[in-house]
Amino acid sequence: MSAAPSPPTASPAAIGRERDYLLRYAMLQLRDPVRAEDAVQETLLAAVEGAARFSGKSSLRTWLTGILKHKIIDQLRRAGREQPLAAPGDDRSETEIIDGLFAEDGHWRTAPGDWGNPDIAFENSRFWAALEMCTQRLPPRTAQVFMMREIMEMPTEEICQELNITATNCWVMLHRARLTLRECLDLQWFGRTS
Amino acid sequence: MVWKNKLMMINCKETAELLSQEQDRPLTAGETLRLRLHLLLCRGCRSFSRQLGFMRAALRRYRDRD
Repeated sequence: MSAAPSPPTASPAAIGRERDYLLRYAMLQLRDPVRAEDAVQETLLAAVEGAARFSGKSSLRTWLTGILKHKIIDQLRRAGREQPLAAPGDDRSETEIIDGLFAEDGHWRTAPGDWGNPDIAFENSRFWAALEMCTQRLPPRTAQVFMMREIMEMPTEEICQELNITATNCWVMLHRARLTLRECLDLQWFGRTS
Repeated sequence: MVWKNKLMMINCKETAELLSQEQDRPLTAGETLRLRLHLLLCRGCRSFSRQLGFMRAALRRYRDRD
């Protein structure tokens, strides 16, 4: 068998091979197996139907992920209509959670320590289990904003627009998400009690 | 050694907020200056800064792993 490189094509088989990747991506954002499955099914269908539009300039995975992002946004809109997440009235508690981590004078109550070399953690499957658990513990609305930013890599302006919140509100939620995730990883992975 | 200048010095809470926002928007020149100055003097915030990078890298790796 020759290993001559062939240009990437969007054959149904090649599309199907990306299914697991797409499902994991969708689950991170949607946190609901049924909705994630729906978004992936719609993506695969759209990709097979529109395979001719795949130019091969980007990788097949990148192309599919672009389609999936739209399908995830659709799912989020649908979910939002059916069961709106807690209104942004949570502002106050977001601020309170952040405030709780700092002393009156603005110093850390417990200063962050050294997490060492990320590559060492990334080699360990228990690290990924801890990360998964810690992201699942984020409150729904916080997680939604955080994953739009970190997983879908949406600019904050787009997130604000999509969720109809102010930029300041968005930054507060992202900051809270990072602080909460940090605390959880510190405890669950790095074994620090704070 | 205290050479606090009220205009230039920000505390850890403000620094953490700027470090987080640095991941979401470009900081102004003034913000960057105050941030760097604080980081120079504060080990805890330097750790937090590295942890933010760590978490971002971890989430992307988690998303993209095979």
